[in-house]
Amino acid sequence: MLLSDKDRIFTNLYGHHDWRLKGARARGDWDGTKAILAMGHDWIVDQVKASGLRGRGGAGFPTGLKWSFMPKAVGERPHYLVVNADEGEPGTCKDRDMMRNDPHKLIEGCLIAGFAMRAHVAYIYVRGEFYREAERLDAAIAEAEEAGLLGDDACGSGWPFRVYVHKGAGAYICGEETALIQSLEGKKGQPRLKPPFPAGVGLYGCPTTVNNVESIAVVPTVLRRGASWFSGIGRENNTGTKVFCISGHVNKPCNVEEAMSIPLRTLIEKHAGGVRGGWDNLLAVIPGGASVPLLPKDICDDVLMDFDALKEAKSGLGTAAVMVMDKSADVVASIARLSQFYMHESCGQCTPCREGAGWMSRVMDRMVTGDANPEEIDILEQVTRQVEGHTICALGDAAAWPIQGLIRHFRPELERRIAARRGQSGKGAAAAAE
Amino acid sequence: MSAVKTSPARDDAPFAFSEESLAEARRILAKYPENRARSAILPLLDLAQRQHGWVSQSVVEAVAEITGAAPIRVWEVATFYTMYNKAPIGRHHVEICTNLPCWLRGSDEILRAARDVFGVGFGQTSEDGAATVSSAECLGACVNAPMVQIGDDYYEDLDYDSAHALFTAIKEGQPVKAGSQIGRQCSAPEGGPTTLTTDPGTAEGGRWIAPDSPAAGGSAPGTA
Repeated sequence: MLLSDKDRIFTNLYGHHDWRLKGARARGDWDGTKAILAMGHDWIVDQVKASGLRGRGGAGFPTGLKWSFMPKAVGERPHYLVVNADEGEPGTCKDRDMMRNDPHKLIEGCLIAGFAMRAHVAYIYVRGEFYREAERLDAAIAEAEEAGLLGDDACGSGWPFRVYVHKGAGAYICGEETALIQSLEGKKGQPRLKPPFPAGVGLYGCPTTVNNVESIAVVPTVLRRGASWFSGIGRENNTGTKVFCISGHVNKPCNVEEAMSIPLRTLIEKHAGGVRGGWDNLLAVIPGGASVPLLPKDICDDVLMDFDALKEAKSGLGTAAVMVMDKSADVVASIARLSQFYMHESCGQCTPCREGAGWMSRVMDRMVTGDANPEEIDILEQVTRQVEGHTICALGDAAAWPIQGLIRHFRPELERRIAARRGQSGKGAAAAAE
Repeated sequence: MSAVKTSPARDDAPFAFSEESLAEARRILAKYPENRARSAILPLLDLAQRQHGWVSQSVVEAVAEITGAAPIRVWEVATFYTMYNKAPIGRHHVEICTNLPCWLRGSDEILRAARDVFGVGFGQTSEDGAATVSSAECLGACVNAPMVQIGDDYYEDLDYDSAHALFTAIKEGQPVKAGSQIGRQCSAPEGGPTTLTTDPGTAEGGRWIAPDSPAAGGSAPGTA
């Protein structure tokens, strides 16, 4: 049931071993890369399609299919691969480990993915705060160039390929692919309308594919072990291994690579030392980063950690960042904190998000203390529906969903706080009248 | 985003890229295609800030000149992203993550330690100029919460006492050790990993190639 080390991809996730080229090669990175490239562009895309790999950055779009949207021939405009390493979804800290401890997996992945989509250049957009991780990537890229793995004749394939690290400067919105492209062009990170999609008009107006770090870094191993190996792990349509980040009220927070579709409870109890105070002390879990609705304990009891199971539970796998709250947590204040985050990070371009995120945050702050009318719960819910789906990018949705989840599962708690506060002020008023 | 300033502040000592910074600027510019120097605005603002401490009007003008962009294009970038300081800050920038995973594990206590050591709260600089304390959104080290960023480094797995000791050392100019403050190995669970206990150079540890993969063809890995 649990994944064995034999089937893990990120074998240096914790940095116990040498991250440099020599150490990476000892773990099998760059094994037979030339022979893989020799199979041709379309073979690689087909294998990635067959593996069932879905994007690991949050949306879960099939990676191979995304690659196949790139033009089959290079015209006047060059093709670009852009790796999204602007990891900033609250709860998520997996890409950081891959970059600092397994940088060669990502770099080899860039070459194979870039070759598959007929690009000669990859940019890795690393969030500015990850200064040390960017430094390490730069060092690993220099090693790969030195060894002829990148350069004018990458791995002896005859394909020129270069990888550059580009650092961001602190903006969550740049994790959205078109905002990231804007930022890479030296502009404010405000998302673009789609269509046109990046595969047609992306970086510098050229065909571009933007993929998450994990989506790219797993590709070389998938091709070495075979698409059927990858698709044999997890459930249908939810295949492969996944790095989960387990934070919050667990005994031993950690990152861990496990099989997709692992039960949430197993994940927490086997790897994170269990919920503080035991499973029965669990209040709720946010299973996929700040943007997805929380799940109360009764759903957590048997839900599986994959795209479809969590969607069925009206949440989402997102980035697989599991944030655990035990019964000591103030669940309303927790969601209010996330609302503040979205208010802070809204890029200001679309009115529903710019105004709505602030409005929702202010109402949520009042819900924490119960300083509201009972009818405002419904008004808040309605406003989330008016923001959701009415903005250029998904940040508006992300601001709305945590609140929807709170109202869905913890409405009695919101009502209790309002009633308690009214009771208090009622008493206070009565006392004052005496 | 966060900034409300409408124009960059002037400074007493105008900024110019040093020789060393110029060499680095050329390396940065070489990453982008010809006529796309504007892409270097973000990294060049960072480079200038490392030299100058903050983004002043002369920094904006210097970056505009080197990238061929209008100064307003540089300034709008500087105000959009949170990592650019639009005013001078203390010798150290102490950024306390207060987002949910850190908050659940006690980031309020870290702020209390900062107040006790530096005598200031969020958005303020200590009287001795040692540190500016800021509230940060998720810094991406959630399984090592609570944590702070100081300069380029992360300090993780903090509590009130270890944060107090860390901030005191920073204030007094003592050496500090980045990373987990309780000796954890990166993001592995405390007390030792539950996975990755097999030698990764062996098949059992993950180094294997399927017989039908082209990589199994016996060709030499790479060219080196």
